Formats: sequence, structure tokens, C-alpha cells
Amino acid sequence: MNTIIIISVLPIVLLYLGLYKAQKALLPVTVIGLLAALGFAICQWTSKDTAEPIYTGMLLFNNFSVVFSSVTIISTILILLLSKGYFERISRHTAEYYAIILFSLTGIIVMVSFNNLVMLFIGIEIMSVSLYILAGIKKSDFASNEAALKYFLMGAFSTGFLLFGMALLYGSSGSFNIDTIREYVINHPHIDPMFYTGIALIIVGLCFKVGAAPFHFWTPDVYEGAPTLITAFMSTVVKTAGFAAFLRLFSACFQPLSDFWTPILLVVTIITLFIGNITALYQQSFKRMLAFSSISHAGYLLFAIVSLGAASGNSVFVYATAYSIASIIAFGGLILVQQQGGSDNFESFNGLGKKNPFLAFVLTVAMLSLAGIPLTAGFIGKFFMFSGAVSRYHIGLVIIAVINAIISIFYYFRVIIAMYFRADERAELTVPVYYKVVFALSALATILIGVYPDLIARFI
Amino acid sequence: MTVSILLFLPIVAAVITALLKNGIAKHAALFFSVAQLVIALIFLSKFVPDASTQFVIDVPWISSYGIYFSAGIDGISMVLVLLTTVLVPLIILTTYQHQYKNEGAFYGLILFMQAGMLVVFTALDGFLFYVGWEAALIPIYFICALWGGENRIRVTIKFFIYTFAGSLFMLVGIIYLYLQSPDKTFDIHNFYKMTLDVKHQSWIFWAFFLAFAIKMPLFPFHTWQPDTYTEAPSGGTMMLSGIMLKMGIYGVIRWMIPNAPLGFFHFQSLAMILGVIGVVYASIIAFKQKDGKRLIAYSSIGHVGLIAAGIFAWNIAGVQGAMIQMLNHGINVVGMFFIWDIISRRLNTREISQLGGIAKVAPKFAIGFLIILLGTVGLPLTNGFIGEFLLLKGVFDFSVQHYVNLVLAAVAGLTIIFGAVYMLRLYKNVMQGETNPLTATFTDVSGTEKFTLCLICVLVIVLGIYPQPILHISEAAVTQLVNQIGSKFTM
Repeated sequence: MNTIIIISVLPIVLLYLGLYKAQKALLPVTVIGLLAALGFAICQWTSKDTAEPIYTGMLLFNNFSVVFSSVTIISTILILLLSKGYFERISRHTAEYYAIILFSLTGIIVMVSFNNLVMLFIGIEIMSVSLYILAGIKKSDFASNEAALKYFLMGAFSTGFLLFGMALLYGSSGSFNIDTIREYVINHPHIDPMFYTGIALIIVGLCFKVGAAPFHFWTPDVYEGAPTLITAFMSTVVKTAGFAAFLRLFSACFQPLSDFWTPILLVVTIITLFIGNITALYQQSFKRMLAFSSISHAGYLLFAIVSLGAASGNSVFVYATAYSIASIIAFGGLILVQQQGGSDNFESFNGLGKKNPFLAFVLTVAMLSLAGIPLTAGFIGKFFMFSGAVSRYHIGLVIIAVINAIISIFYYFRVIIAMYFRADERAELTVPVYYKVVFALSALATILIGVYPDLIARFI
Repeated sequence: MTVSILLFLPIVAAVITALLKNGIAKHAALFFSVAQLVIALIFLSKFVPDASTQFVIDVPWISSYGIYFSAGIDGISMVLVLLTTVLVPLIILTTYQHQYKNEGAFYGLILFMQAGMLVVFTALDGFLFYVGWEAALIPIYFICALWGGENRIRVTIKFFIYTFAGSLFMLVGIIYLYLQSPDKTFDIHNFYKMTLDVKHQSWIFWAFFLAFAIKMPLFPFHTWQPDTYTEAPSGGTMMLSGIMLKMGIYGVIRWMIPNAPLGFFHFQSLAMILGVIGVVYASIIAFKQKDGKRLIAYSSIGHVGLIAAGIFAWNIAGVQGAMIQMLNHGINVVGMFFIWDIISRRLNTREISQLGGIAKVAPKFAIGFLIILLGTVGLPLTNGFIGEFLLLKGVFDFSVQHYVNLVLAAVAGLTIIFGAVYMLRLYKNVMQGETNPLTATFTDVSGTEKFTLCLICVLVIVLGIYPQPILHISEAAVTQLVNQIGSKFTM
């Protein structure tokens, strides 16, 4: 359990470093600490998946947790590498940023390894409270304040649903423990109606956290108002963790009751796909487009839960990894364009292909991956999702997904078109070394996973 | 010796070419593509023309989903591998006169596209087939959008979305087949062995049909094609019309009909009628075109319509005709676009009405144009003849066997007459008559242009007089495939 311990002690160390004005040490210490946590997590991986619950049955750090901790930690490292020089521009208290992001990550690690509903709730709360602060961390910025307030009000509301759902589950099954609840579901032919209500409320709470429609209203404003790097963190790491928790809960406890909740989630999935894609189509701002496209990706990720099966964990893992690394490139590119060009409209990408061939190339790879074009990781993710859904005979759903994939081409290709085909006199952007490293690694990973998915697709 | 060398060399070549500077890149691309041709010819010399699949490579790729990197060459693939490896160097030669900005990227993309197409033509695994299918699409999108004409952005995104939509439905079809297959693999031979009922096969048929009909393109899925051909740079147009549309035709022969035979036979007449409508419709529209490049684009739709009709007849004559016609159409259409590229580059116009009398000032060019044009029209002793003859025979046999009236075959036969009418009219308007001030400045072909034109003319005549070797390559494989599916139908 060293991973959780390291990640929760690390922010305290960072706060002290901040106190003693060791600004230069913040990033290296964070990265080294996270790498250590990652190393400990990977060591827990066992080929037969024989992990036992720990802390009196509260947590179970099995392969599923290892894999999702790893992907969230790696994404966080990449995002923090992009943050060099970014937070300094916003405020003088940079240690706060690192510390709060890491607190949030602690919550995430708990979320992906819970074995008890209480731990799920605590994990989600640790993560969310940190995010409320992060969204509003630009103290004097109006949009940032609005984002924080909106996020906090809606988040608190949805947490209420989640908690109420858990209470109802407890009321009918008599336990918060995942194993006990599963046994209750299997052994009772007549499930209490209260239990069903509990599932429905939990769906509402979790759908809010992952930003699935019709509980998505907070996402565009929060994503736009928050500092771009925090948006990147929210739409990649947090979303991945939300789905991991969602999947863990449903595959562990509610699988036998899929007749009840599958229709609900089917409707949610379809609405999410259409709302995310069609709204993204009309955006003029790249950042807002990414926010809406993240809603549609939540729709694709829901496929794994709708067609719950042995391969679901793997599908979510591959899809979330592909989506995270592509988004990190996209947000990184956005930060550079925004800082040096002043605007985040699609027009501000015009002519980038000529002036910054490398940046344009990695952004193209990212867009192709998000659109799900073969030879990129995004395609493999979509392929796994579609296979899962077809195997459960959700053919109609897959056809809707195909239509949405076609719609998404329009807005992802707008970026490519702007970069390469629309000429514009523009100054060359300076790409810092850290950015170059992150871009190169992410693009390479996207292509490698796209060409040879067995690299990551066999860990769950 | 496995087919992998043929599939990976162009990727390596593409990366190398993309990094080279202007001026060297085109020579490197030509060198690599000729090397590819040599390798393909070595394969051809070792190829035994029976129905078996040779030079097979089969290694696990994505183990959890039963996906193998599995490819090989049989008679049908061999013809298309030849088509690709012969045409790519030719196309690169035809672009020698152009000065593309960022040349390395242009030729790199062409070579990368070649890799994708070769994967499509040799894949024995459904997943690999799909990946190759899309891998060929990305480069051509960038070729058209980066080096194309004025309306390129709007036109190419339409093209991309159209084809991408079709192929996604095909992907769903392939996944469905995979989930139904007994040992959960994407192996094509496993797909062939399955016996689904008519209803499921019909869905699979439509999933594939959409993808292939858009790619070919078949009426009424052709609307992207004339715009894209017109806006694309000439090299891109040649890649599209010469090789890429054959991916659709090949897909029908290899993937659509054998995987969903019952579904196919259910809709056979409809599919044939679509093909024949395409022939007539495209010919009539071609007749009315003012822009020569558009005219050739529409004539290509007509030719493809006939090839499709011949395949949908699903007898040996029809499919064999399609095989040889794929090769010959590729050569002819590249020739035609090259001719038109020479004209429009020199005179800066594509309007037929502004031309005339070029034959007087450029006799060598006139001879080349005439030979290629006759090949396109399908005059006996040129390469277009044998293919069209076999295709029409196939359609005719089908009509007789199935007791449908012969109108279908007769209408399909009109293609030859129509083709002759609009093509000869084109020749008359462009080459004959009096020279005007514009065309008087036309200089005759020389150097690389002359050499390339000669090569194409030689291919047109040689394949016209002696097509037997090509027919022989695919004969055994086609016979086996046609009979195998036919027997399923009569069962």
C-alpha cells in the first residue's frame, strides 16, 4: 500500500518546500515521488491476480487497481511536466498547486482500489474537494471563480445522490462491503426495491462525476473557466478514475442485476454521445470543443459498462489511456497557442503546420487518435468498445456510435485543416523543452499502442 | 520469403523519403517504388498459379482478440500487387515535371499509401484488412488537401467523411463476423466456413457493400468522386483512380461476397442494376462535361460500374474480366489523367472548349493520347478490350442463367458505345481542328514525359495483344472462389 502512503505524504513535503521558498525543487520532488509511487504500484502486479483485501477489507489493490493507478499517475506526471512555468504565471504560491493535485490523486488511487462503499465515497470526496479548489485557483479571475462555484454546488448535490444511494444499498444488504453486497445480490431472488433505488441514485451520482449527459451541464463552463492545465487534469486523470470506479462497482456488485440498469445506462450513453458530439460541432473555441468532446468520450467509455463483461476492464483501460495521452497533447498545444497567440479559437491554429511542424504533427496524431483513426491508440480503444458492445448484441448502439464517430471527424479535422491548409502569417511558437519531451513521448505512445496494442492490453 | 518485405519496405521508404530535401525526394521515391516493383516481380516469378495462398506470414498481433498479422498472395492478390507496384513508379514518373512544395512529404505520403494498399490486397485477417484500408485513406486525404486545387478543403473533408463512414460500417460487420466465428479469430478462412442465416448475412452484406460501393464508387454513392478527382493534384488523382478504387472492387471479390454469399444472392440483382445504372448515368454526364479532368472522372465511374456488374454476375468470365480490367483500367486511367495533366500544365486551362488543334503542333503527344484513348475505349488489340469483353460475357451469362431479360446485358453493353462517343469527341475537340492562339504555344512531349507516355502506350498495346499471362495468374484462384461460393448457394 506504499503507493497511497507516498502520494499522501508527498503533498505535505511539497507544502513545506513551498514554505521554505524552495520553488525550484517542487517539480523534481513531485516527479521523483510519483515515479516511486508508480514503481511500488507496478510491483504489486501479479500474473494470477491474487491480491487480498487490506486494512480490514477496506481496500483491495488488485491488478485492476495497479493498472488504473499507473495510468493516472503517468498522466499526472505528464501534466505536471507541462506545468513548468505555468503556475508561476498565475500565482506566487505554486506549492499549493502541486500539493492539491497530489491530494486529488490520493483520492483517485483510493477510488480505483476500494473494496468498501465507504472508501469509494471517501476517495471521491478527497478527489472532488481538491478539484473544487483547483478549479477556482485563479483567485482574481471571474471565470475561474464561476467554475469553482458551479462545480462545487453541482458536485455537492451529486454527492448527496451518491451517498443516499449507498445508504439505501446498506439498508437492504446490511453492509458497505463489496463482497457482502455481491453475495446479497446473488443469494436473494427477490431484491428489495430499496436496493434498486440505491443503484439508480448511484448511477446519477457517478454519471455526474464522469460528466455523462444529462448530468454534464457543469463540464463546459468548469472546463473553460479552470486554468487549462487543471482542465487537462480533470478531463483525463479524473475521468479515467471515475470510470474505473464506476466499472469496479458495477462489475463487482451489480452485474447480476444488469437487466435493471442496462436500459438506464443505454439511454444515458446515447444522449451523451449525441449531446457531446453535436455541441462540439458548433464550438469556435478549441478548449470548449475539447470539453464537449470529452463528454462524447464519456459516452464511448460507458460502452464498457453497458456491455459489462470480462473484457470491460481492459477496454476502459485502453480507451482511457489512449484518450488521456491524446488529450494531454491537445491541452499542451492549446496552452502554447493560448499563451503566445492570445486566443483559443480554431483560427489561432492557422498556419501552424508551416511554422511549427513538430507541434502540428503531434497535434495531428492526437486529433487522429481522438477521432479513432487506425494506427493510433484511439482506434484500438474504439475497436475494443465496439467489440464489447457487438458481443452483447447492442448493434443499434454501435450504429449510433458509428454515426457519432463520423460527426466527430468534422471537429477534430477542423484543427488539422486549420494547421495545415489555412495559410496565415504568424510568428513561430517557442516550444519549451519539457513540452517537447511530453509531446514526443505521448505521440510515440499513441502510435505504438495503435500499432501494437498488446503492449498494454494484457494487464487486466 | 514472405510477403512482409513487400508490406514493410514502403513504410521504411516513406519515412526516409519524408525526411529528404526537395530535389532528392522524388528520385528516392522513384528508386524505392522501382525496388518494390522488382520485389513484386521476384514474387511473380516464384508464384505458382494455382488456387493456394503463397508467401504467407502469420504472427500473433493482438493476442486477447485473436488478431493475427496474417497476409499472403494468391492469384487474385497477385494481380493487384502487380497493379500497385507497376502503377506507383509510373505515377511518380508522371509527377516529375511538377515542383511540389515540401516534396519529401508528398512522396512519403504516396509511398505510405502504397503500403496501406498492399496490406489491403494481401491481408488474410479481417482486422489487418481494415487497418490497411484506413491506412491508405489518411495519406491520400493529406495529399489532396495539401497539394490540391482551390476548393480542396471542402471537397476533401467530404471525401474523407464519406469513405470513413462506409468503412466504419464495414468494421462493425467484421467485428460481428469475428464474434460469430467458432474459434474467435479474424481469419478469413474461418469467416468463409461459417454458415449464418440469410437475415444476418444480409446485414453483413450491407455493411460491406456500403464501404465498397463508396470506395469504388458505385452509383448512387459516387458524389464525392468527381469533385475529389478534380481538386486533387494529378498524382493524387492517379493514386485514387488507378489503385485505390480497386480496393473496393477487390473487397467485393474477397470479403463481401464470400463472407455473406446468401445475403449477396438475395440482393444480387439490385447490386447489378446499380452497377449498370452507373455505366449509363456516368457516360451521359461525362458527355456533358466541359472540364476534361471531370470527364475522365465520370468515365471512370462508368468503367467501374461495368466491372462491378461483372463481379456481381459472379461467374468465372465476369470475375476474370474484372481482374484483368482492374489492371488495365488502372493503366489507362493513369494514362488519361497524365495526358490531361500535360495539357493543363502547359496551357493552364482545363476547359475543353478553349482547346483544339494540338495534334498539329505536337504529333508525338497526339499518338500517345490516341493509343491510351483507344485503350480506354476498349478497341480490340488494346488492353481495354479483353476485360470489357469478359465482363459483358459475364453479365450476359448471368442474364441467361437467371432468365431475366437481356436488357440488363444490352444496357451494360452500351458502355462501349458511350465510351467511344465521349472519348472520341474529347479527342476531336482537343487535338483536331484548327489551333488557336493558346494551343499554338503547346510544345511537344520530351524527356521524362515522352518516356513515361511510351511506357504506358507499350503496356496498353502489349496487354491488348497478349493478355493471357495476366488471366492465367488469377484463373485458378478465381475458379475456386466462384465455384466454392456457387456451391454454397445451390446447397
